[in-house]
Amino acid sequence: MEHQTSNVQVIPADKAKIMKIWKVAGILAAITIVEFIIAFTVPAGGAKSFVFIALTIWKAFYIVSEFMHLGHEKKSLIMSILLPLLFVIFLIFILMVQGASILEVLH
Amino acid sequence: MANTAVVVNEGNPWRGGVEPMKASYGKLMMWFFLLSDAFTFSALLITYGMIRYSHPAFEGAISDFAFSQEYWPIPEMVFDAVPFVHGIHAPLVFVGIMTFILILSSVTMVLAVEAGHRMDKQAVEKWMLWTIVGGLMFLGCQAWEWSHFIAGTDLAKNVGSNLLQGASLTSNQYGPSNFAALFFFITGFHGFHVFSGVVINFAIFYQVTVGKMERVGHYEMVEKVGLYWHFVDLVWVFVFTFFYLI
Repeated sequence: MEHQTSNVQVIPADKAKIMKIWKVAGILAAITIVEFIIAFTVPAGGAKSFVFIALTIWKAFYIVSEFMHLGHEKKSLIMSILLPLLFVIFLIFILMVQGASILEVLH
Repeated sequence: MANTAVVVNEGNPWRGGVEPMKASYGKLMMWFFLLSDAFTFSALLITYGMIRYSHPAFEGAISDFAFSQEYWPIPEMVFDAVPFVHGIHAPLVFVGIMTFILILSSVTMVLAVEAGHRMDKQAVEKWMLWTIVGGLMFLGCQAWEWSHFIAGTDLAKNVGSNLLQGASLTSNQYGPSNFAALFFFITGFHGFHVFSGVVINFAIFYQVTVGKMERVGHYEMVEKVGLYWHFVDLVWVFVFTFFYLI
């Protein structure tokens, strides 16, 4: 194949943008480290689980909003993705009730 | 978009050529696919919650914990092994390393997408390759994790009536049979997503290297596989919390 010089113009990297990506990565790593510290220092219980779930949703927010760029999309797209997830909350509620009933019947 | 024909559609938005959500068809469909995939993973994790909740929990100090089929095991007592060091109780260390690998490969994917926006072919190649390496590392870790889970830990740790070693789909040394079944199903389903992600990433990486994206005029395909890859990372964040931490 003959040598071909590309005529595509490469736009130089924007330092601030790259810094922002690494900043979000740092936040995700920091939250994970906090999770580890909690895992080894706090005794198990409802409050501990609640903190873990809150930190997980916090991490999920950063991944979806920044890495997947959803936070910068149009509002109609954001809502199209987020609103259907309300069904998940319903499923959590209904299956926890179910699980408690099974425990009661079997044990 | 450089390769889209300009359609004249005065007054009629239904004749095509417009993007009401300011996202291309392909990107939009990737989002809706990921939404459906999110439902599948939610159902699996909520099922885990329900089945765990319908078994008795271990009561007592964590130092007295012993594996038994009578109650649900404490995850950090099950997942406490690290490669190359035998017999050391290092709870969650290995799975923590796996989490960091996946987060890092997600970061390199963002950098690949960012380089794509700048038409920087070399940088896209570099970052996509790192992403693929991260994905393969994660899969390797998971293979080790699975084989260790299946082979089982020392029976000396098992006190009481528990004489099983290792895990299968029907019974396991750690707890009720559903524990291992859910472990295989949920981490397996996620691992399969990682595997297909690596395959798709490689396909797109190949297209980048042969210059297809430059001919097309944009790197949107990198963005689409990026969305999929971040989703795989997102699911792992939830699996990590519900399977290993709580």
